[in-house]
Amino acid sequence: MAGNGKDGNVVVAAVKVAVDRYGASQDELIPILNEVNREIGYLPGEALDEISRLLRVPKSHLFSVASFYRMLSTKPHGKHVIQFCESAPCHVSGGREVWLALKEHLNIDDDQTTPDGKWTLLTTSCLGVCGVGPVMVIDDDIYGNVEPSQIPTILEKYH
Amino acid sequence: MKAFRSMVLVSSDPTSIERGAKDVYQAFQSEISAFGLDNEISLTMVGDVGRHDAAPLVIVYPEAVIYGPVKKEDVHYLVEEHLYKGRIASSFQAPVKELSGKIAWLSSRKGTLPAEQRIVLERAGVIDPNSIDDYIIHDGYQALANAITEMSPEDIYTTLEKSGLRGRGGAGFPTGTKWKFVRKAQGEKKYVICNADESEPGTFKDRLILEGDPHSIIEALAIAAYTVGADEGYLYIRGEYTIAQERVSAAIAQAREMGFLGKNIFGTDFNFDLHVHSGAGAYICGEETALIESIEGKRGEPRARPPYPTTHGLWGKPTLVNNVETLANIAPIIRNGADWYRGFGPASSPGTKVYTILGNVNLTGLIEVPMGITLREVIAIYGKGMKNGKTFKLAQTGGSSGSIVPASLQDTPMDFDSFAKAGVALGSGALLICDEDTCVVDLTKVLLNFFRKESCGKCNPCRIGNQRAYEILTNISEGTGTLKDLDDLMVLSDNLYQLSNCGLGQTAGAPIRDIMNYFRAEVEAHIRLKVCPTGICPMSGKRI
Repeated sequence: MAGNGKDGNVVVAAVKVAVDRYGASQDELIPILNEVNREIGYLPGEALDEISRLLRVPKSHLFSVASFYRMLSTKPHGKHVIQFCESAPCHVSGGREVWLALKEHLNIDDDQTTPDGKWTLLTTSCLGVCGVGPVMVIDDDIYGNVEPSQIPTILEKYH
Repeated sequence: MKAFRSMVLVSSDPTSIERGAKDVYQAFQSEISAFGLDNEISLTMVGDVGRHDAAPLVIVYPEAVIYGPVKKEDVHYLVEEHLYKGRIASSFQAPVKELSGKIAWLSSRKGTLPAEQRIVLERAGVIDPNSIDDYIIHDGYQALANAITEMSPEDIYTTLEKSGLRGRGGAGFPTGTKWKFVRKAQGEKKYVICNADESEPGTFKDRLILEGDPHSIIEALAIAAYTVGADEGYLYIRGEYTIAQERVSAAIAQAREMGFLGKNIFGTDFNFDLHVHSGAGAYICGEETALIESIEGKRGEPRARPPYPTTHGLWGKPTLVNNVETLANIAPIIRNGADWYRGFGPASSPGTKVYTILGNVNLTGLIEVPMGITLREVIAIYGKGMKNGKTFKLAQTGGSSGSIVPASLQDTPMDFDSFAKAGVALGSGALLICDEDTCVVDLTKVLLNFFRKESCGKCNPCRIGNQRAYEILTNISEGTGTLKDLDDLMVLSDNLYQLSNCGLGQTAGAPIRDIMNYFRAEVEAHIRLKVCPTGICPMSGKRI
């Protein structure tokens, strides 16, 4: 797993900040992984190496944890990440049509990134804002009551 | 407290202040007086209500209408129209199409009705969640003071047992009994944990409580810690709930400053402190032993039980794990007594329940009502009827792990025992109301897709069973199902229930069982006639 353009020093520095903040113990592992993932965008191999060294936890254990949780990723994502809720409440209030419109507009499927590296499309389980379904999240912005026709306008806002 | 007809809240975050919130507030003061409504309308400056694009915001309860951005020149009209004549001034309402995460908890309250009985949501949306003073004025930390200084741990769990409070996470275990078990467990070190990994699809009651009234949970955890003999606690909040995490962390800092957390609380020898632990996106971590594994820095895979967390929990120590909504009931019960609590709802499951109403109704939102209300009442009174005049077909209760309840059961009281007797489950309180255009095969496929993805993979019945059930349902929805598939589905459903290690797998088969019980003809139409009666399924003839 290469750093994918991420400078190794940047990765090591991000790990150090996170470990300093939470402390080098295994019960802080998930907060540390969360923070590094947020900082770098995913968990490159160098990050796992460094965390393994500092926390004295085998890399196999780190990988098993990192690959378990949905908010942690071991592979790089596009510049913007779209998470689309595929749970039942959004599905029955029109989510199915929005999902088809999204896939068609971006011409990619679930868990894929556009060739230009701009968009990654992910499905997610319930995000807890079902009162306004269908719901999708782009980076940190939540969009509720989404209709298929709004997809182009919403995506245009991101550069 | 004086009874007011309406309540007006004006936001006062920095953006609102900069845009003239104080002038708006003063304009409301003088206009309300001018219309002679002083005794009918209460006016409050609240803190940050979480939305800045349309600041300053004015929120009017009980209708929970949000106006914004409001200028002081608008106030005369708003008071005349809404407060005096009782008409919502819709042209001034804040745009709701696009939501920032922070406003969502407010918009989800649009179904608020005065007929509700609010215990756990009493303060949410009414007080400033970032102000401990606001909480204290509204009886906050009074129960903790009483509990620590005047009650023994035995008094507390006995009171809870008498109140009949049952866990609101879904299983409905008696809360007082659980507290007693942990109290009596052997061990120097014990923990209390608040399970705020609310991930059940269609459920966001815990988020509302944490975002709107974070101190109520801190107070309840402190009472729990005193009762069971713990000095350390965790709030495990799901990773997606960043606002809830911020609010709770801020509230913990305030509580420490005021001496409600820390050493020698209320001058006694009781010490207690709390940590916030963020989840990282895994539905299974709502299962209490998976949650404990996750706090310990591992994959969230449920442990084999017994032993239960009450004796072998976090780091192998006795641990109390309670859901957010359960904890929100604690302080009111301690303050008002068990008999008061028993006054709400049926005898077998007293108290109130928070429901989220979703799907094909005219008004979606969140209500807190006494246990035992029926689906027909929920749809008619709170949902304002079915959307577009369609017919009610089924309700998916309790998120994915609940049941598919057909229209024929819409007059069954919704409490733990009545639902169990009818062969369905109440679950976490989500009510997904579906109309005649909903296809049961498509809906069940969505539910099984959820379980197939969220299964932790530790035990075979769940990991393989859910995947296989999803494949069979997909084939039925493509028009390539066979009648033997139905037998296989029933076997899978039964295996999931009998053989899975934890609640996720055990409930995953429930929707299959329910549609075979109540909607078998519709499922068979997909197979025998190659037709989806609602026209939802693709029926394209591909078999996977």
